[in-house]
Amino acid sequence: MIGLTDTRPMAAAAGRRPNLLRIYRTEAGHEFLKLIRVPIFAVTTLAFPLMFYVIFGLTFADENAGPVGVTTYMLATYGAFGVIGSSLFGFGVSVAMERGQGWMRLKRVSPMPPLAYFVAKVVMSASFAALIVTSLFVLGATVGGVRMPAEGWIGLLAVLVIGALPFCAMGLAFGYLVGPNSAPAVLNLVFLPMAFASGLWIPLAQLPDVVQSIAPFLPPYHLSQLALGTLGAADGPSPLLHVAALIGFTAVFLAVAGWGFRRDEGRTYG
Amino acid sequence: MGRMITNQQTHSNERGAVIAELRNATKRFGTVQAVTDVDLSVRAGELLAVLGPNGAGKTTAIGLLTGLRRPTQGTARLFDRDPRDLEARQRVGVMLQASGVPETLRVSELLNEFRGYYPAPLPLPTVVAAAGLDGLERRLYGELSGGQQRRVLFGIALCGNPELLFFDEPTTGLDVDVRRGLWATLRRLTAQGRGVVLTTHYLEEADALADRIVVLDHGTVIAEGSPSEIKALVPGRRIRANSSVSTSEALAFPGVQQASRDGAWLDLLTTTAEPALRELMARDPSLADLTVVEPSLEEAFLTLTTTTTEEAAA
Repeated sequence: MIGLTDTRPMAAAAGRRPNLLRIYRTEAGHEFLKLIRVPIFAVTTLAFPLMFYVIFGLTFADENAGPVGVTTYMLATYGAFGVIGSSLFGFGVSVAMERGQGWMRLKRVSPMPPLAYFVAKVVMSASFAALIVTSLFVLGATVGGVRMPAEGWIGLLAVLVIGALPFCAMGLAFGYLVGPNSAPAVLNLVFLPMAFASGLWIPLAQLPDVVQSIAPFLPPYHLSQLALGTLGAADGPSPLLHVAALIGFTAVFLAVAGWGFRRDEGRTYG
Repeated sequence: MGRMITNQQTHSNERGAVIAELRNATKRFGTVQAVTDVDLSVRAGELLAVLGPNGAGKTTAIGLLTGLRRPTQGTARLFDRDPRDLEARQRVGVMLQASGVPETLRVSELLNEFRGYYPAPLPLPTVVAAAGLDGLERRLYGELSGGQQRRVLFGIALCGNPELLFFDEPTTGLDVDVRRGLWATLRRLTAQGRGVVLTTHYLEEADALADRIVVLDHGTVIAEGSPSEIKALVPGRRIRANSSVSTSEALAFPGVQQASRDGAWLDLLTTTAEPALRELMARDPSLADLTVVEPSLEEAFLTLTTTTTEEAAA
């Protein structure tokens, strides 16, 4: 207790404001530190899309999917699979776990700007999405023999990283709907069938008609079509429709998350 | 604008000014009414103890004052603002029993995360020294002992150099030595001019620390006053003996608040034991099996509740 003797409560602080940018940077940095210090989430989230790309993409490397080679086509679909998975689980599981805990309560009564928690997770999620996509690119360019102009690579990366945002919102919604213990199981039950039916594993054209008619109602379909669009391999009409669909889904997910956030406030345990 | 804030702060820093309050605050969780029509004010520089048994609504009251919860009816104010207002919160530090603290972050990282939220935080070495964390700055939170983890949470409460600190049951589960150490720390905080609000279910603790005590039971304030005023309301000792003295006789003894009989046993709740004991021994030479104990808090609150109802009825 030595250091406190000369300290008086904060009268000196009048008119000064905390540095918002520094708060966001610290929060995002700490999200990143938490991730790399327990690498198991990172490793599995990164490993699955790479593994599937090798299994499905390289097995059919000599064939074509639509106008492009399978290894090129699957960069877009497994890229979408990777960023969707990391956003869904990164948000869904962590929010479901953290929201009931004293630590979040402590942060909520602190003068933390309320958005800092979410901004940090979005920054973290986008960085991780970029890492997944670039790892896939390396695999595609080397083992997969994919050749594209620089704009092709950059365009695909940008679409996938920005396109991960609606799935951050989806993860957030699930984070508020499900409990901490059931979150990983529920998310897997939603994610894996949804990814399959959206054509992320096997090109949609090779799936039964029923599945093809369901796909437009699933958010991953629209992201994968946007990603394929950068390769000239989309089968839908206008990319604007996909953008509109994703914005619509995002709005719904955010509304659900907002409802869950307010519902938490009324809980006795929180 | 800056000038107005300065004026406000000088004002609220005056000892005795109200810096946090609940007015007619009611909080309902579904069908459960956690607190009902509570009036409570915290003055600058004082230590206010919110005393009550488990489930009395203490944590809810703190939740309303810190803006974690919004009152269903009535108002909560913190430094004359909505408790959710960041400018109000920048003048406050809170220590909660926090589960789920990220175990893979270092002590210095956790403290810096919270220091960043405040406009004029204490320097990190000051917080580390004040919370007794010297040499632990580089340790991961998950590697710390339970006591060390509590000290980190204390450091978090302190790092914004707050004018008002909230502690929710800070000594529950601590052994006697650690508890005394924390008492000394809390006294030092108020000596520096900081206001402190703490919840406790130990009357002894509230008595030892508080300038003022608010007693909550079943979500309502049943008593409020200085420790000596509260102690005068609450029985200090319970006398039990095998005695023929009747309850109506015993009620006339000095300091006896309640008298009851259970077969051969006479049971007395008293403010202090000695005056009643002298009378009792004088009246009943055949008295046997005498015990004098400190009543449990539940018994103490039971008399408080009945006293207040009787007063209300009278």
